Amino acid sequence: MSTPTAATEVTETSLKSAAHDYWSKVKAGDIGALPAVLGLLVLCIVFGSMSSVFLTPGNFANLLTQAASVIVIAMGLIFVLLLGEIDLSAGYASGVCGAVLVILITDHGQPWYIALAASIAVGMAMGFGLGTLVARLGIPSFVVTLAAFLGFQGILLILAGEGGTIRVEDETVLAIQNSNLSPALSWAFYIAASVFYVLLGLSRINARRKAGLKAELFKLWLIKTISLVGVSGLAVWALNLERSNNRELVSLKGIPYVVPVILFLLVIGTFVLGRTAFGRHIYAVGGNAEAARRAGINVKNIRIAAFVICSALSAIAGLLFASRQNSISPTTGGSSTLLYAVGAAVIGGTSLFGGKGKMRDAILGGLVVAVIDNGMGLLGYAAGIKFIVTGAVLLVSAGVDAVSRRGSAV
Amino acid sequence: MTEPILSLRGVNKSFGPVHVLKDVNLDVHPGQVTALVGDNGAGKSTLIKCIAGIYTPDHGEFKFDGKVVNITGPRDATALGIEIVYQDLALCDNLDIVHNMFLGREVKKGPVLDESAMESLARKTLDSLSVRTVKSIRQTVASLSGGQRQTVAIAKAVLWNSKVVILDEPTAALGVAQTEQVLNLVRRLADNGLGVILISHNINDVFEVADNIAALYLGTMAAQVAKNEVIPRQVIELITTGVSAGVEKAGVK
Ligand SMILES: Nc1ncnc2c1ncn2[C@@H]1O[C@H](COP(=O)(O)OP(=O)(O)OP(=O)(O)O)[C@@H](O)[C@H]1O
Ligand SMILES: [Mg+2]
Repeated sequence: MSTPTAATEVTETSLKSAAHDYWSKVKAGDIGALPAVLGLLVLCIVFGSMSSVFLTPGNFANLLTQAASVIVIAMGLIFVLLLGEIDLSAGYASGVCGAVLVILITDHGQPWYIALAASIAVGMAMGFGLGTLVARLGIPSFVVTLAAFLGFQGILLILAGEGGTIRVEDETVLAIQNSNLSPALSWAFYIAASVFYVLLGLSRINARRKAGLKAELFKLWLIKTISLVGVSGLAVWALNLERSNNRELVSLKGIPYVVPVILFLLVIGTFVLGRTAFGRHIYAVGGNAEAARRAGINVKNIRIAAFVICSALSAIAGLLFASRQNSISPTTGGSSTLLYAVGAAVIGGTSLFGGKGKMRDAILGGLVVAVIDNGMGLLGYAAGIKFIVTGAVLLVSAGVDAVSRRGSAV
Repeated sequence: MTEPILSLRGVNKSFGPVHVLKDVNLDVHPGQVTALVGDNGAGKSTLIKCIAGIYTPDHGEFKFDGKVVNITGPRDATALGIEIVYQDLALCDNLDIVHNMFLGREVKKGPVLDESAMESLARKTLDSLSVRTVKSIRQTVASLSGGQRQTVAIAKAVLWNSKVVILDEPTAALGVAQTEQVLNLVRRLADNGLGVILISHNINDVFEVADNIAALYLGTMAAQVAKNEVIPRQVIELITTGVSAGVEKAGVK
């Protein structure tokens, strides 16, 4: 900024106009990430003040690995939800893919990467089947994936066998959810990621200024970036504290490996949805499929692709399940998994009506769900109460979604 | 008179047992507004959807720029330079104005969308049409008024150096001032050398802006005549009865 006084004046007024812009966006049905962020903050304060364990580094790391598989399934679901469709089978798809992975490693001695590639391929094939039934035959996705929910559960049961669990001992697979980057590497990763994020934001603002277009308000961007980088720095610091109960025996420090894995998926997913024509077409089909068709977009292929991506991400979630449980069982990816994942996406701000949602919603919402589950568990509430509360939060989010949508209808 | 840019001969279209278009002929000349009139259900929207490649006609010949062409999908029509502004606006409410204008034909730098280029081009197009009613072209279409949406839809159609622009009742939902603006916009398209097809139920609008008038009656082309050869009463007769004294029945040339 060459002329500081003039610049401050401009940003001063435009910060107000930014608040105004946000409000008109809210009125148009786009509430953004603010409610989920605030909700997360409030939950952390409440649980932190009620439980002495909640805010310890050990519990924080635990929470992240707990949330990881649900977050990854939610990331995949967002592609499907953006179309206004649903995939109820995503949870068990992760179970089946996890079983494929574990069987290839444990029973067939395959290296982890071959097994992972195979399990992702199986996931994509399952997604292709689902997507084809929905897009080409026109069966509602609710019905197709409800049938698949049962079918995949059956496949998982058969794969797991009567005994029930298949153990996995591969070091790499186990490391993802059970080991950490060293503290030094954690900081290095944090710095690299922060620099990447800041440069990305700056180059974007710069490109728009160069093209003579209205850029995002610099001050607002600065506030957002500083808070995000600051909070993540705090998180890295906390994760780098010793969290082993018996530090003579084993030391537990650093960012769990699963965190970079999820951030990697976040970057890729955000890029695909926000910066490619394919991503744009997903939003278009979700917003108005007929308009998309008239614009020459192959709506059927877009639908199929979304289901393929969803199931492929479920396969990665299967890897995370296998890693965390050291095994796969007939209930992997079952019980509340799918509902938590749908809840995560919706709580994060993705609309069940299609056309609205972002990759980051999975992370924000996934953390909200995990915090409720973890915090209430620490406070000694029974599973029943946890389910009721999580269900209520999901209902409130879906209600906000529906109401804001009605508000935006012209 | 100029050679027609678009010319249809003997177009037929049925939906199951319903024979909606019967041997329809139509000529569209560059630099002219051709009004397509007809009662509700006459087949106007169906006809232009055949031109757009949304529907495939059962038979019929399409000539574009003097050459016989085969339109089998929306991409064929747009490749020829035919753009449609639909009665039920084909805009995505959840996307902003720029995204809508470039939908399906995004400008890319490698695999990445070139947002700046698209935004500049959208801005330029709106300016060239003297559109001043939209505040920010980054607002979602959901937040626009009916007239603004129509403007976006028309701007989207002319973004592509199109040769023929088809408008299906562009003023149906608009107030007086906005109707006037849109009609001016329609006239400007033709003055820029485009062939324009305007579907309208409003005879005043038709006589204000059209150069010639094609009247559909129950799926058949009752007549296509120059505007200055007819008076509004004759056009109304063509619409309601399919014939009018002093107007020749449209036949195959
Ligand atoms: N997809 C379809 N399937 C079956 N019948 C159809 C279909 N589309 C249109 N029709 C029928 O074709 C006839 C012509 O419809 P069309 O929409 O082309 O009329 P229009 O001239 O545009 O009328 P309006 O002025 O009300 O818009 C109507 O009788 C309609 O019911
Ligand atoms: Mg119509």
